[in-house]
Amino acid sequence: MRAIVDLDENEGEVFLGDIERNQIPAHQWRTLVGFVPAQTGWWADRVGDHFEQTSLAQASSLDELLTGAGMGKEVLDWQVSRLSSGEMQRLGLVRALALEPKALLLDEPTSALDAKTTKLVELLIKQQLSNGVAIIMISHDDVQVKRLANRAYILENGELKKQKLARKRKND
Amino acid sequence: MIDYISLSYWDLALGAIFILINGVISIAFRLGLAKKLFIVALRMVVQLSIVALLLKAIFAISSPWLTLLVALAMGLFAGREIYARQDKKLSGLWGYSIGAGSMMIAGILVTTIALTTQIQPDPWYKPQFALPLFGMILGNTMTGVSLALDNLTTTLNREQKAVEALLLLGKTRWQAMLPFVRGALRAGFMPIINAMAAMGIVSLPGMMTGQILSGVDPAEAVKYQILILLLIGGATGLGVIGATLASAYRLSDDRDRLRLDRLKTTK
Repeated sequence: MRAIVDLDENEGEVFLGDIERNQIPAHQWRTLVGFVPAQTGWWADRVGDHFEQTSLAQASSLDELLTGAGMGKEVLDWQVSRLSSGEMQRLGLVRALALEPKALLLDEPTSALDAKTTKLVELLIKQQLSNGVAIIMISHDDVQVKRLANRAYILENGELKKQKLARKRKND
Repeated sequence: MIDYISLSYWDLALGAIFILINGVISIAFRLGLAKKLFIVALRMVVQLSIVALLLKAIFAISSPWLTLLVALAMGLFAGREIYARQDKKLSGLWGYSIGAGSMMIAGILVTTIALTTQIQPDPWYKPQFALPLFGMILGNTMTGVSLALDNLTTTLNREQKAVEALLLLGKTRWQAMLPFVRGALRAGFMPIINAMAAMGIVSLPGMMTGQILSGVDPAEAVKYQILILLLIGGATGLGVIGATLASAYRLSDDRDRLRLDRLKTTK
């Protein structure tokens, strides 16, 4: 996943629609293809300083995303150092979604979450899917894969194998 | 000019008495400092005596090439100090050359301009002026550059996740590294800013004290000191900015990646 968003040096071509990655600057590519690593990074003290809210539309869509992730606007005034790992993970996802990427790479987005917040995040992910966002997601939870995936692969000994999904989703 | 009071060797020997007293105290209380203290004091005497002989010879010859050669040697030593001060270094030649290079370019540029337009000795490269001036500028630039570079590589290494989070949100490498570049610049500027702020109130600088002790009018000594501080400030700034930006450039690439793999792996 780090290679797809070009954070690590790599060879090969990656396409989003008919845009090839190396044809556009890397920072532009990363606004099209979002990536939320399992551990999110924070550079400022205040949560809100990690979000761009220059326009009213941005602020209201951020509001919506926060609510979707089970949080209120007030988290923006919290200190990052006081966030739990689950809150960080959800805010990391919200931060990426706020940029409205066309494709999204998620590395175990619910690994630090409890059952209730996992459900909320899965709902957010489904919402993105129905908005037409392509999502590649890593999960260690078979049941979660069945709940969310249209296609599933297992990485075994460095080989990618296609896996049959027991229950086909209707929009496959 | 008031009479200059020359020191006899006896005066120096008497000056060593206080070091000896320290040594006796250390031995009496088993502080384990005596040996070290004596060795460094002796080393200092030997080093300075050699420097005196060398300077005497260089001043007598007064050749531009010899002066340049000595200046370069000073720069190379200072560059090695910068390199040694860094906990995480850029691998390969970069680790040495970015720090030493920016320091030398800034130092030589500022010294040359000061000699040719402000102090104007005849000839302008006269080693009595060029070498001490270059030495003072170099020493301070060295401190600034080594602090800035150490700060930059350490924080980028520690804050990898934060930098990459910024990159993942579509920032360019310069935007993503900006907070950390700023921190490094602040660290590099700190000593010279402190020095200027405290000047005359907390500390009387060595150079000025030296001039006053040798009979120069304080007003003249202060004028020299102001010029030197301005030059030092200018050179430190140029050196720090150059070294920090060059290192940040080297620690990222044109695909907006953070390239910590270009740091030397430490055991």
